[in-house]
Amino acid sequence: MDKLYIFLKYFFIVVWTVFVVAPFLWALTTSFKDFQSVNGGVTYIPWVDFEPNLEGWKVLIKSPAKGGVDIIEPYFNSMFVTCTASLISIILGTLSAYALSRYTFKAGFVKNNDITFFFISQRIMPPIVLSIPFFLFLSSINLLDSLTGLIVVYIVLLMPIAVWIMVDFFNKVPREIDETALIDGCNPYQAFLKVVLPNSIPGLIVAGMFCIIFGWIDFFFAFILTFTEVQLLPVKIVALNSSVTPWWSLSASALVSVAPLIIVAFIVERYLSKGNLSGAIK
Amino acid sequence: MDLVANNLSYKPDDQYHLNEVSFNFKEGNLYTILGRTLSGKTTLLKTIAGLLTPDSGEIEFDGKNFLKIPVWERNVAMVYQQFINYPHLNVFENIAFPLKQRKIGQSIINEKVMDALNSVGLVGYEKRKIQELSGGQQQRVSLARSLVKNAKILLLDEPLVNLDYKLREQLREEFKNLFSKGLADETILIYSTTDPKETMELNGEVIVLDEGKVLQVGPAKEIFENPNSLKVAEISNDPPMNIIEAKILDNHIKFEGIDVEAPQHLSKLTEDGLKIGLRSSDIELNENGHEFEVELAEISGSETLLHLKRGNTKIIVSIEEVLNFKIHDKIKINFKINRAYAFHADGKLASSPFGGLNG
Repeated sequence: MDKLYIFLKYFFIVVWTVFVVAPFLWALTTSFKDFQSVNGGVTYIPWVDFEPNLEGWKVLIKSPAKGGVDIIEPYFNSMFVTCTASLISIILGTLSAYALSRYTFKAGFVKNNDITFFFISQRIMPPIVLSIPFFLFLSSINLLDSLTGLIVVYIVLLMPIAVWIMVDFFNKVPREIDETALIDGCNPYQAFLKVVLPNSIPGLIVAGMFCIIFGWIDFFFAFILTFTEVQLLPVKIVALNSSVTPWWSLSASALVSVAPLIIVAFIVERYLSKGNLSGAIK
Repeated sequence: MDLVANNLSYKPDDQYHLNEVSFNFKEGNLYTILGRTLSGKTTLLKTIAGLLTPDSGEIEFDGKNFLKIPVWERNVAMVYQQFINYPHLNVFENIAFPLKQRKIGQSIINEKVMDALNSVGLVGYEKRKIQELSGGQQQRVSLARSLVKNAKILLLDEPLVNLDYKLREQLREEFKNLFSKGLADETILIYSTTDPKETMELNGEVIVLDEGKVLQVGPAKEIFENPNSLKVAEISNDPPMNIIEAKILDNHIKFEGIDVEAPQHLSKLTEDGLKIGLRSSDIELNENGHEFEVELAEISGSETLLHLKRGNTKIIVSIEEVLNFKIHDKIKINFKINRAYAFHADGKLASSPFGGLNG
């Protein structure tokens, strides 16, 4: 029975790992292939199956004048927009979530839960509904085709995620902890910064990760709200495509674009398992 | 420095959490707030701490309007029934937190924290994480954190209720020692509990609270001996006092076909709707007594609690030994009737064996 259990456990782990890792391996080998190797049947092992070359990668850094696409600038644009918008979203979202979790708001029939739902409803709406208002809004304040404009839009998109996750998290932090901090001489701001926030690190990390992921992978708004001045990575990658699909450079760019997320996930994973609130209340 | 409250009321929903509560607490004294769950004990403590603002009424401390002073400037300390500590700090940092907040020098902090650790018996645990401590130890940390501040008002909200029996006894003993040592001279100690036994052991001034209302105030002994109403008698006894509907006629107490001679303090009461109160410990097994039927027998520690029935009268008897009874067994009991109380139909005390009112 035990042996069967162990066998099944590892069997599923192996199957799942293959399922998750295989596309990356495929992309990795493809990125070193040329036209001939890609179209020459199923090949996986470099130097044996095919002769690897760096053409696919070189295209990414060559300037368009030399037949490349130069994703370096869009790459840093994407990073800058995602990180800035995520950071601002987390700060604003955490503050709003704390207020929604701890204080009672009432304006007619609108109460705390309705406000929280309003935030989430911004994500429930199909993005296309927002595209025209965003376009008109940015053009009216002259922020179309600019990094600042994108950051503004991304904050609107990411903050609800932060609010949603953090409200839930703060609701689980016992109120008595804040109260004890107040009794111990903290004013409400100090209680938040010195006691509530340090105990909310796991929540902040989860919220931060979601913001970064959703910001980083957004194609739709980046595509609609930028033209020539500013380009983000997802839009640029699409621009790689031409009459002949360049599998090698597409693969390379796909790997480059998921790399930051994988790195973030690995760093964050150990923090997530560390922090917990079990000692606060029993 | 007195803590004086006048007509505190707090009604956040359709029920009063505090209903016209007034008191005058003097420094150096221990006050026990006795009440069942949801009687308003925590609300009262939180109002004193400043975490809740009453709808109406006033609190003054040392002659100053306490309601105008925010929590963080009130210099109160509070221990919750849940073991509340800062999970991100270790034991030492937890206890040092209120001192750091006051920007006190590190050497003084070290000294005071070690003192506090010493008085709660946690020396050697400074570097431990809160999560690594047992419930009792966590509660000691939170007590130490409240002691270290030298707060003028120390609030303890059912601090022992979530601990197991043995630990509760032990910590209660330590509390008593702490309270009697110097600490008490300039501090107002306010201790809330649901446990009558704890109230008696702490032996302070007792405030009996029910549905947000103060029912009776007095020394623990007085509350125990002369509860001013049925409610207080119920709240201040565990198990609750037995209440028997009886008639007193010609110097005899009659109920369910039982007829016992009325003791002197009850003999003059002849009104209708009289209720006789008798503690579960004032009833004993006796071969020649009155027959009752066992409805339930539970053993609690070294005690046996018998739930008995005769006609419409149900009573609880506690016996100081472990006995085995079966449901529907018939047993005979005797009432120590000279220890009986009498209450009017409206619940007010009519007479007590300790000389309250008519007695």
